[in-house]
Amino acid sequence: MNELVFFLNNVVIAGSVTGSIYAIGAVGVTLVFSIMRFAHFAHADIMTFGAFMVMLLATAFPTAGAAIGVPAALVLLPVAMALTAALAVGIDRAFYKPLRAHGVKPIVMVIASLGVTLMLQGLIRLFSGTGGQSLYVDDRKEIFRLTLPLEGVRVPVVITEPQLYLFVLTIACVVGLHLFLSRSRLGKAMRAMSDNPDLAQASGINTHTIVAVTWVIAGGLAAIAGTLLSLDVTFKPDLSFFLLLPIFAAAIVGGVGHPFGAIAGGFVVGFAETLAVFNWGVLLRPFRDSLPEWLAGAGNLAFVGTEYKIVVPFFILVAILVWRPTGIFKGKVI
Amino acid sequence: MPILDARDVHGGYGGMNILNGVDMAIEADEVGVIVGPNGAGKSTMLKAIFGLLHVSQGEIRLRGEPIHNLSPHQLVQRGMGFVPQEHNVFPSLTVQENLEMGAFLKPANVGRMLGQVFAFFPPLKDKRRQPAGELSGGQRQMVAMGRALMAEPSLLLLDEPTAGLSPRYMNDIFARVREINAAGVGILMVEQNARQALAIADKGFVLAAGQNRFTDTGAALLADPDVAKSFLGG
Repeated sequence: MNELVFFLNNVVIAGSVTGSIYAIGAVGVTLVFSIMRFAHFAHADIMTFGAFMVMLLATAFPTAGAAIGVPAALVLLPVAMALTAALAVGIDRAFYKPLRAHGVKPIVMVIASLGVTLMLQGLIRLFSGTGGQSLYVDDRKEIFRLTLPLEGVRVPVVITEPQLYLFVLTIACVVGLHLFLSRSRLGKAMRAMSDNPDLAQASGINTHTIVAVTWVIAGGLAAIAGTLLSLDVTFKPDLSFFLLLPIFAAAIVGGVGHPFGAIAGGFVVGFAETLAVFNWGVLLRPFRDSLPEWLAGAGNLAFVGTEYKIVVPFFILVAILVWRPTGIFKGKVI
Repeated sequence: MPILDARDVHGGYGGMNILNGVDMAIEADEVGVIVGPNGAGKSTMLKAIFGLLHVSQGEIRLRGEPIHNLSPHQLVQRGMGFVPQEHNVFPSLTVQENLEMGAFLKPANVGRMLGQVFAFFPPLKDKRRQPAGELSGGQRQMVAMGRALMAEPSLLLLDEPTAGLSPRYMNDIFARVREINAAGVGILMVEQNARQALAIADKGFVLAAGQNRFTDTGAALLADPDVAKSFLGG
């Protein structure tokens, strides 16, 4: 039983955490692609920027959440979301809009977004320093340990406070996004523009407004994902290096242009990562006596070492591009 | 005053002129039909009117106001609707969502106009929750026309509404065009099925090589032996 709890902690919970963050990031990538038809490489840095805004705000108002018993970072998250959304709209106005107006090829936009990546990362590094920092400025990170009421179970299920917030916010984002896209006038117009931009314009839909709305949503979601990741571990200016590949893999696995595909893809990639680094030897331990010597004696039976976790989304990406380039939900091909 | 008055329109793509001086005028209660051989500039003329093409010379007026080189978005606000020949629905949106997009600029009208469009095209009512991409060609054309009608246009531009449809659907679409016109919407359409189209036309415009060859009432064009010989296949 202890081994199963170990599995629960290291795969189910860890996979859901990673999956949620990738999912929220990938939704932004897929929305930007479906409206503007280019792969936005700077998206992971917009996530980092959101977390950085939270860090600045939490440093400035460390007791913002004390009254209601939540960390300052969480109370200040909506402000950071607004600032990040404004940044995303600003970046579009300054760099992407002039290129779009010239009718450049998508690859030019992709390269421009690579430039934005370097710029944003340099800017964040300039102000935050290069080291890792906790977003828990003045609060204490709660860790909940639940020992299952079963005989012989000594290992507790461990879940941290930011992980709980992450799960709640992920569900809220998914439900909110679904309602927005299926019920609201702007959400339907976004889907319409993703289907057929010329006809959207001929219907009187102001495509500039839709582009701005897309950046607001992508930026706001990026801030949530970046902040919750930084709350769970620590804030680092180069977080994006570890996010970029997985969120693109997630968006492509789900089928580019499908927001809910991106969410599914996020969880596929997240769970694949945690399953790959999980030490399967742990689950064999109870059967140690009946196993052959070479198997029972092996110390670590993970597919890849934790330090090579990043290769997993890379493999998924290659595999999906080879066998099913449109992804699970038949999206567009980048 | 004509609802649409286009004079000496020149225009084309990337420096190459396709329209070399087209004149076209229709009254608010008329059906105008543009016919002519392939490459005559029929669809190009519709696109020029709807602001999808740069007009280099000449002028286009809507109810007396110059509109050439306004954006499609501004023209929809001024009461113009356009149904392209291809890619004229949002395939992943449901039929009803497609129609709602047509009324994007007039959200208060959605309920009332949905009722009217469903009355014009009864088959759409049963299919309103189905993605438009799953419909047959004729039903898609109904969705496309319905979407344009949702904005309550005073002038509707149709680019080959019967292209690729079976004769049954073709006659149905022509009948709908007449009904829409009877409800007070001016119509200007490009058609390959020249005889049937001219039969319901108040005004006909025969284009060739980007210029007017014949301009008259639909009935007069049908009766003209020169038109019949050159453009209607004898």
